Amino acid sequence: MAKKPRKPTAVEKKLVGVADLVIAAAEKRKDPTIAIPVRSLSNVNFNERKGLIEMGKRKQARSFFNVAMAKKFMQTVLVADALSELQRANLTTSLREIYYRTKHTIKDSHENTLDTQDESDPLIEDLEVTLTALREELHVRAENAGSIVGPVVFVDDGDRVDCTRLGKGGYSVPSIVEPEYLQIARCTADFVLLVEKGTQWNRLSEDKFWRRYNCVLLTGNGQPPRGVRRLARRLHEEKQLPVYVLVDNDPWGYYIYSVIKQGSINLAFESQRMAIPKAKFMGLSSADPEAYGLPRNVGIKLNDKDVARARELLAYTWFQKKSWQEEIKRMLSSGLKYELDALANKDFQYLTKKYLPRKLKEKDWLD
Amino acid sequence: MEGMKSHPPAPTPKPAVPPPRATVSAVEMGARQREISVSEFFTKNRHLLGFDSPRKALLTCVKEAVDNALDACEEAGILPDVVVKVEAVANGEAPPPASQASRFRITVTDNGPGIVRQQIPPIFAKLLYGSKFHRLRMSRGQQGIGISAAGMYGQLTTGKPVQITSRTSARAPAHYFEVQIDTKKNEPRILEKKQIAWESPRGTQVTMEIEGRYQKGRASVDEYIEQTIIANSHVKLTYVPPEGETKEYARSYEQLPPAPREIKPHPYGIELGMLLKMLQDTRSHSLSGFLASDFSRVSPNVAAEICKAARLSPNARPRDVHGQAAENLYKAIQSTKIMAPPTNCLSPIGEPAILAGLYRQIKGEFYTAVTRPPAVYRGNPFVIEAGLAFGRAPEQAAQTPATKAIPLAEGEAEKDDHEVARIIRYANRVPLLYQPAACEITKAVLDTTWRNYGVAQSRGSLPAGPMVIFVHMASVWVPFTSESKEAIAEYDEIHKEITLALRECGRRLGAFLRRRERAHSEFRRRNIFELYIEEIVQSCNRLKGGRLATAKLRDQLLKMATKITGGGKTDELLGKNGSGPEGLPHSIIVTPEGVEGEVPVVAPNGAPAAEEPVAPPAAPEARAPRKTKGKATPKPRAGRKKKR
Repeated sequence: MAKKPRKPTAVEKKLVGVADLVIAAAEKRKDPTIAIPVRSLSNVNFNERKGLIEMGKRKQARSFFNVAMAKKFMQTVLVADALSELQRANLTTSLREIYYRTKHTIKDSHENTLDTQDESDPLIEDLEVTLTALREELHVRAENAGSIVGPVVFVDDGDRVDCTRLGKGGYSVPSIVEPEYLQIARCTADFVLLVEKGTQWNRLSEDKFWRRYNCVLLTGNGQPPRGVRRLARRLHEEKQLPVYVLVDNDPWGYYIYSVIKQGSINLAFESQRMAIPKAKFMGLSSADPEAYGLPRNVGIKLNDKDVARARELLAYTWFQKKSWQEEIKRMLSSGLKYELDALANKDFQYLTKKYLPRKLKEKDWLD
Repeated sequence: MEGMKSHPPAPTPKPAVPPPRATVSAVEMGARQREISVSEFFTKNRHLLGFDSPRKALLTCVKEAVDNALDACEEAGILPDVVVKVEAVANGEAPPPASQASRFRITVTDNGPGIVRQQIPPIFAKLLYGSKFHRLRMSRGQQGIGISAAGMYGQLTTGKPVQITSRTSARAPAHYFEVQIDTKKNEPRILEKKQIAWESPRGTQVTMEIEGRYQKGRASVDEYIEQTIIANSHVKLTYVPPEGETKEYARSYEQLPPAPREIKPHPYGIELGMLLKMLQDTRSHSLSGFLASDFSRVSPNVAAEICKAARLSPNARPRDVHGQAAENLYKAIQSTKIMAPPTNCLSPIGEPAILAGLYRQIKGEFYTAVTRPPAVYRGNPFVIEAGLAFGRAPEQAAQTPATKAIPLAEGEAEKDDHEVARIIRYANRVPLLYQPAACEITKAVLDTTWRNYGVAQSRGSLPAGPMVIFVHMASVWVPFTSESKEAIAEYDEIHKEITLALRECGRRLGAFLRRRERAHSEFRRRNIFELYIEEIVQSCNRLKGGRLATAKLRDQLLKMATKITGGGKTDELLGKNGSGPEGLPHSIIVTPEGVEGEVPVVAPNGAPAAEEPVAPPAAPEARAPRKTKGKATPKPRAGRKKKR
């Protein structure tokens, strides 16, 4: 971006702060310690007024002169170094490349700085929360794991992308969709439909559902990546589009919805920029099999993991609405889960032609 | 045969449907029935005595000759000095290389008491002849089969006689014999006898030529010699193998084991048949006298009690007690409470000698030894001893890490060598090299939970790690599973004693490992910080755009690391003070700095010390308070000459 003599970015300053912390501690003969906000259920609060999951104030200390933490501390400093290198060079990279960039054998030993990527990934999240910098700001991207189609026009690196003219495949949502990388030039849609599964998104795209109901179709292929969530949020915020979520009827589907709506536990600090508190749960609801006459034999028996997860959801503060307690308990008492794909049992185009039109008409969704 | 007449002859009254096969009458059968001589029996069943394969036969012959030599020396109170020579013999031309040779000449020479002239032929050429079978006394040989069976094997496979030279004192002449066994009559046949000039003032030399195979490795002659030395550190042994260098094993413990005493059988230990025989053979004129004088731990009172329980008169003539009466007597003995047998008939190796043996033969970091108090199985007293050599000697350990300097890729793990412990088993100081799986010792080692002592062990297998486990059973009668004396049979009492001894060794090993681990972990802690400090300094420098005073930061952090990990205290822990053997009885610890503990009077690395130590050995003073009792022995008596 910047071509003139480079000024350190705000994020870069924050990263250098890690080094300053070590130097200052050494100067005072103190154990260098980084205070990292705790990323777990015990340290998140549900802000009912805002409808968001927010991070609590608890922090854990990571000290160098502690045998159990010394290596992690060293790795954290190493990752901070790699991230600042990205800032200086103005490049973006993947989690995996960060891992390779920071991996080497420690001098005079047979020990590697890192052994697997599982060690470096959480460190990046640690730095995100500690420095309150978003992953995008740290120039770390994920894979393009989402697609969009519908009456919307983007400007991506100066190229106009008209999402009505991209056939069935649509536009692949980049990992970083901040306004400085991706601009929304025009949007005439009435709402956003975020589909959990790529297969069902394909069905809707093939059937040109978006044209008939004038909407934007988005998918994240499972748990939507940050790019997809952020894009949905921008469409919602900048273009005032309502967002509807279509997921499988199982505990994991419910959780995907809740992440889109209130944010995730792990990255609660990003809820501010990611969550869409007004998003609505379109389906599949545990009431739908009866309402739409889905036969029992297209259900799948809940396994032990499903049941345990459902019980956990029942306990989350953001699932305490009466309607949601009923929804989850209904699934548990039926003992069955249903995939979106199961609608094909009635007709290949049942989703496009019957299910969604009726849902939209009846305004049959959960909040 | 006449008794069989009462039976009807072979043809039955009923007409047999199939034509009768060529039938044999009892008379004809009788004509074929005759005595089998023991020698003939063993000719056909040589595996019972350990001559199953040529390789094993070679070992057995060496073993029998060495066992005899050591038994004789110890009984006569002489510190043994034995020379074992194994040579490949040519079948005509020049001798082939040892690994391909099929004939060997074994010569074993000792400095023992020698054998009187008349006894030489029967000892070497008559099976079941000897001094050891008829008494209950701890010795290597038990049955009087070994050496003559070895000679017979040689005779069968090569046709060569056994050659013996023996001299009882410097003033007496040396006698040379060549003898063979008459396998039909089990009697010696003398092929040659003469007086010769011999350089040794006293001792015996046996030479046998046999068919065999020489191969190193497990259960080889070399292994036998090495293990013998471990358990017999009072022996000086010279081994001339068929190829390679002569090995000299110096004496590392300058004291003869206390001479075991002979005991009478304990009443609990005998079987009915044995009792019957004793009743016939006794010189006593009354039953109570017989019981009191022919058994150990039977006082006149106890004898009277037994007679009463058996409803027999104490004055009955022992010879008249047979049949049902004898059976009643046998049952009465079993149900009467009798004191455990005396245990001074045993001569354990002793902790200092085991330590000396292990230390000399096995390279390691930690050695310990345990002698259990005597116990009794089936009326036979026994003692279990266990020892342990663990780890790699510092000089060995220093060599290993050089090989693995390659950094590891993802998914690659440090290769750990799956070395498992080696068990060396002994019965009355004789190494047991075959049938480890059938042996009670192996079972007890497997049943011990070594993980409790900081040693890895997967379920049902031997403990892992560089470790040698030594177990010795000393008894007047070791219960072997077969005549070839390869494995100790199962008895609960024996199993229990072995387990207790192993646990004690394990506890000491555990204490050693924990102490070392503690010191190492402090060291590692500091090491970790030192390693990571460099990484952090470099990273910080890059973060600061290369404008950091790196030396200063490094220095500050290093100082803190030293302070936090205990500084000088750790050095102390790592040094001698922290890992010394105090609190660990009968143990030796080897560190790169030196050796601590009850080190025998031999220079480290097994290098032989001065041949004849001037002063008496220091070991007895170095002993910690003894755990075993009842072994206060006078000096080895000299001059008590006994034939084998």
